[in-house]
Amino acid sequence: MVSKLKGIFLISLAAVLVLTACGGGASNQNQGGQAKFTGSIKIDGSSTVYPITEAAAEEFMKLYPDVDITVGVSGTGGGFKRFTAGEIDIANASRPIKDSEEMKAKENGIEYVEFPVAYDGITVVVNKDNDWVDSLTVEELRKIWSPDSKVTKWSDIRPGWPDEKINLYGPGTDSGTFEYFTEAIVGEAKKSRSDYTASEDDNVLVQGIINDKFALGYFGFAYYLENSDKLKAVAIDNGSGPVEPTIETIKDGTYKPLSRPLFIYVNKKSLERPEIKEFVKFYMENAPELVKDIGYVPMAESVYQENLNKIK
Amino acid sequence: MSPQEESFFPNLEGRKRLDLIFKWIFFSANLVGLLVLLVLAVKIVLDSWGWLDVQFITSFPSRFPEKAGILPAIYGTVYLMIITALFAIPTGIAAAIFLEEYAKKSKFLSLIQINIYNLAGIPSIVYGILGLTVFVRWLNLGRSLLAGGLTMGLLVLPVVIVTAQEAIRAVPESLRHAAYALGATKWQTVRYVVLPSALPGMLTGIILALSRAIGETAPLIPIGALTFIRTIPKSPLDSFTVLPIQIYNWTSRPQDDFRAIAAAGIVVLLAVLICMNSAAIFLRNKYQGRTKEL
Repeated sequence: MVSKLKGIFLISLAAVLVLTACGGGASNQNQGGQAKFTGSIKIDGSSTVYPITEAAAEEFMKLYPDVDITVGVSGTGGGFKRFTAGEIDIANASRPIKDSEEMKAKENGIEYVEFPVAYDGITVVVNKDNDWVDSLTVEELRKIWSPDSKVTKWSDIRPGWPDEKINLYGPGTDSGTFEYFTEAIVGEAKKSRSDYTASEDDNVLVQGIINDKFALGYFGFAYYLENSDKLKAVAIDNGSGPVEPTIETIKDGTYKPLSRPLFIYVNKKSLERPEIKEFVKFYMENAPELVKDIGYVPMAESVYQENLNKIK
Repeated sequence: MSPQEESFFPNLEGRKRLDLIFKWIFFSANLVGLLVLLVLAVKIVLDSWGWLDVQFITSFPSRFPEKAGILPAIYGTVYLMIITALFAIPTGIAAAIFLEEYAKKSKFLSLIQINIYNLAGIPSIVYGILGLTVFVRWLNLGRSLLAGGLTMGLLVLPVVIVTAQEAIRAVPESLRHAAYALGATKWQTVRYVVLPSALPGMLTGIILALSRAIGETAPLIPIGALTFIRTIPKSPLDSFTVLPIQIYNWTSRPQDDFRAIAAAGIVVLLAVLICMNSAAIFLRNKYQGRTKEL
């Protein structure tokens, strides 16, 4: 039995060694860029901002393979918790830092720089076969989504609309989109009616609305862009006429109040390290293109220029 | 027929029919599980068709689905399972041996026993928070493979202990008596009689435990398992990601292609799981044969 156990141990040891050897081979494969910078950059935070930072990190590491960037998705709050404790260099955030988090940073002697990197629009959508809704006012949205809402049929929103049950779809309560939407529409973050189909996975909402003629829901603009041939976006009227969610209207700020800025926060001390400074510079220079690739809306050119000035 | 005669001619026809009905009920109960599994497997394989290739297995994550790969997650998962197994198996079996062979029946013992059963039912996210406090913060292991592996070890420990206890209890008392009669000490009895014949049962528990651990994401999120990482962990103190976290991230992307590579990731996860389990089943069958020779 002892010798058998020894055999098993040796086999597993060999397996580990083989795996390690393969790993060494694979990590050497992309050489070619200039390897001026070394070190590691730790990033964590919002899952909404994640795709942008992932894209920036991927492109950056093509140029500088010796810089080791890791990106986590603990959520904006989780990211700030680690950021203000000095555990990470950069925090991805889908909202500005809160006062309480700022206090925490001060306590721990953490100074930081804020960089807006993109806009994310929240899109209100209905089924493709829905031929009665073209636009909704903010007031109507509030009537639909407020916690004490009495809207159960389409005809409850506007007389003349079908006397059919309205089926609502929206993100779950842990989502940043939910927090932002409720704050912008209902007036208080996280206050919403609860009798709707909720999912943390926006793709579930997309599928739900595609298959339901009497559906109405909301989710991130990127998910609408990806499915714009199968869904219909509702124009939002904030008092000055209905505005469709498009890259242009989100960028110039006319699509209100459902577009929000996304940020990265960089620790000032980390920013003194050459590889991090170079990464942030690279991030800002390439953001307009990367952001568009991912389905978010880039900020105005001047914002990125201003960001670049912050690190000079 | 008189009532007396009837009792000599029981309703044979009816009983046989009932027998057959129950046979089919039990069979179809099996079928439910099998069919669901089959549908899932077929759907996943179809979804991942064309995406699961060498490039996918040997590449790092990327924002382009066609370039994205799962290499760091495979390493992360395999290493994590090794650490989990190295921690949970010896600790769990040792605890079970103590509880079954050494401990005297007492109030305290049943308190421990109840606690172990309860631990097995605690939501896994609680273990994640525990791991964050104890391993990441107190022991200062950082957000590392080691901290993740130990957390997973804690998570599956109750399952290992309980199944090992069952296996030890199933060893016939007569074998122990025979060992004592030959003058063996308690440790010798445990080492040469109880453990070898309980081993197959213990391995079943270990399979269940590791199968649970490999699919868990919740406890690893507080520990800080990453999503984007372009290095292979080189030591237990390096940061890491695992397959379920990578898959989860891909399924929530807007682009359809990411869902396809998520499916490919699931196929890889299933393959790793099957490899692990077949190793354990192989060992179990081997030792099952041995004890019969005894």
